Amino acid sequence: MKNTFITAVVSAITAASVATSALAQMTEIGEGEGQLSIVAWAGYVERGETDKAFDWVTGFEEATGCMVSVKTANTSDEMVALMNEGGFDLVTASGDASLRMIAGKRVQPINIDLVPSWSSVDDRLKDAPWHTVDGVHYGVPYMWGPNVLMYNTEAFAEAPTSWNVVFEETTLSDGESNAGRVQAYDGPIHIADAANYLMFHQPELGIEDPYELNADQYAAALDLLRGQRELVSRYWHDAFIQIDDFKNEGMVASGSWPFQVNLLQADNVPVASVIPQEGATGWADTTMLHVDSENPNCAYMWFEHQLSSNLQSDLSVWFGAVPSVPAACTDGRGMQTQEGCDANGLAQFDKIKFWKTPVANCESQDECVPYYRWVSDYIGVIGGR
Amino acid sequence: MIAARSESIGTRLSDMLWRRPAVLLVLLLLPPVLWLGIIYLGSLFALLLQSFFSIDHFTGLINYRFTLSTYAELFTPANFDIILRTVTMAACCTLASAVIAFPIAYYAARYARGKWRAVFYLGIMMPLWSSYLVKIYAWKLILAKEGILTWALEGLRLNWLLEAYLSLPVVGGNSLSVSTTGTFIVFVYVWMPFMILPIQAALERVPGSMLEASGDLGARPAQTFRHVLFPLALPGIVAGSIFTFSLTLGDYIIPQIIGTSRLFIGQAVYQHQGIAGNIPLAAAFAVVPIVIMGLYLWGAKRMGAFDAL
Repeated sequence: MKNTFITAVVSAITAASVATSALAQMTEIGEGEGQLSIVAWAGYVERGETDKAFDWVTGFEEATGCMVSVKTANTSDEMVALMNEGGFDLVTASGDASLRMIAGKRVQPINIDLVPSWSSVDDRLKDAPWHTVDGVHYGVPYMWGPNVLMYNTEAFAEAPTSWNVVFEETTLSDGESNAGRVQAYDGPIHIADAANYLMFHQPELGIEDPYELNADQYAAALDLLRGQRELVSRYWHDAFIQIDDFKNEGMVASGSWPFQVNLLQADNVPVASVIPQEGATGWADTTMLHVDSENPNCAYMWFEHQLSSNLQSDLSVWFGAVPSVPAACTDGRGMQTQEGCDANGLAQFDKIKFWKTPVANCESQDECVPYYRWVSDYIGVIGGR
Repeated sequence: MIAARSESIGTRLSDMLWRRPAVLLVLLLLPPVLWLGIIYLGSLFALLLQSFFSIDHFTGLINYRFTLSTYAELFTPANFDIILRTVTMAACCTLASAVIAFPIAYYAARYARGKWRAVFYLGIMMPLWSSYLVKIYAWKLILAKEGILTWALEGLRLNWLLEAYLSLPVVGGNSLSVSTTGTFIVFVYVWMPFMILPIQAALERVPGSMLEASGDLGARPAQTFRHVLFPLALPGIVAGSIFTFSLTLGDYIIPQIIGTSRLFIGQAVYQHQGIAGNIPLAAAFAVVPIVIMGLYLWGAKRMGAFDAL
């Protein structure tokens, strides 16, 4: 008797959860639920507490009555873990996390008809593969940016035109070798930067996509990185440590984010950034809605707010990124200007290969080297193997 | 009679517990035993179990079948390097800590009196009170290429000495803060109090009369140290070394901020578990320090380290 009861309860719960997961996208926006919780990168959801001038939450709360709470995550993996755990409504996921959450069914499809400003989104982002699967949208574009080549203007008389200054030993215009004075990103995704470099310089390898590498292409990228190990004394992991290294360790060139470039320039360190001829890798973040979200109405209101308010403009100034709504650069809704957007990489969109998780069954070839091997092999490369 | 019948549940419960002390014992012990058994040992067991699974090399999904292949992966050159690097660093840090800590502990235990004793205790404990991260970042600035140390050596016209040292293979590098030596210095600094305190406790127990007797019998100070003081202080040194050794073995923050970016065991666990989703390999890596510390503790017990605790 007891057993039947338990079975009944279990099957009821299972049925209920299946029903929720199978729930299709929303068809209309109702009353706000009064609250909204967001998993976000540090600095992504500001309410004027860090700096009074940067506030894109207070206005939203006043207009909708949805009180926003933020859970800051430091890595894409933390974001995936938090969303798997549940209890949050939205997440600002990068391309190396978004597909994992879609595949894991942690996020729900978005009805873009309920987001009036959807049409203002950059056309090149509307159907981006990191949030659109089989024609279904799983999120609303938030912000994007390139991984630029940051360099010291005293060591380089002219802006470097190629990533070779961080991959191969060469004498810089200040007369000294680059060995020991360059850095590289301490994450396996950096293998894609090497592949991107080879795509340009060794076309015979036939690399079509730096995130989709067959065994030979992958081996060539690792060889390039082994050469780079000889030049790099420390790989960078934390943006603030890299800033410190450019100030105190005599670093002169490295792949970096506009964020560090802006902060260093604000500190009068002689640095500048460029996207060299090979192009660059980059990140594009998407706001996604949890499959079991209890506050979907507030979430949809946030989607609209994210695209139409001062958020796009001010956040791009704050973070050194590029708005997903191009009009936000020029229409004066916030502090951003056309020059600012261009400096952060707007004009370079076509040269950027956005981060995505490498998978074994890839599109451009029969079989690709999956991400977990990127991780273990990159550990080997840094260890000198 | 009426009063007895209307005894409250609390009174009856306390009577019952008094009549059956075994029940009381079980009730008191249950929470800590559950804590140890389920939360602590349970999670340890879950970890061990994970290490016997493997990751499917094609899809990256975890294969829940018993296998030893994940442990075999620990012996691939890149992974074995990580283990060797970590154990060597832990051993070097422990030795250096012991050498530096002994004189400090000796002075604190035998000569420091009154106010000075308090100052010594404070001086040793103080680093433990400030944030671990702040200390590491401070060291990064001290050791940087354009940091205080280089600046001071330049003033003394001794920077050729530093450059000569940094040009050495393995221990050298572009600057101290990106060299293995830098990692070593910071490890030694951060774990030092854990070495000093047990040695000091051991030295305080050595009766002064023994040292005097040794001198009276004609032993030179070096002989007294070698045959009397050192053997008596050894359990303290071993107890301290358990801390420094195991803490170095598990740390993953210092080598990330200071050093050559080459991985230590803690970082490898973090990366495999967090970034790659390769939980079996992360678990196998996590078992390594457990095994090493098991052997270490077994050796330490034989040397009587736990008598001093």
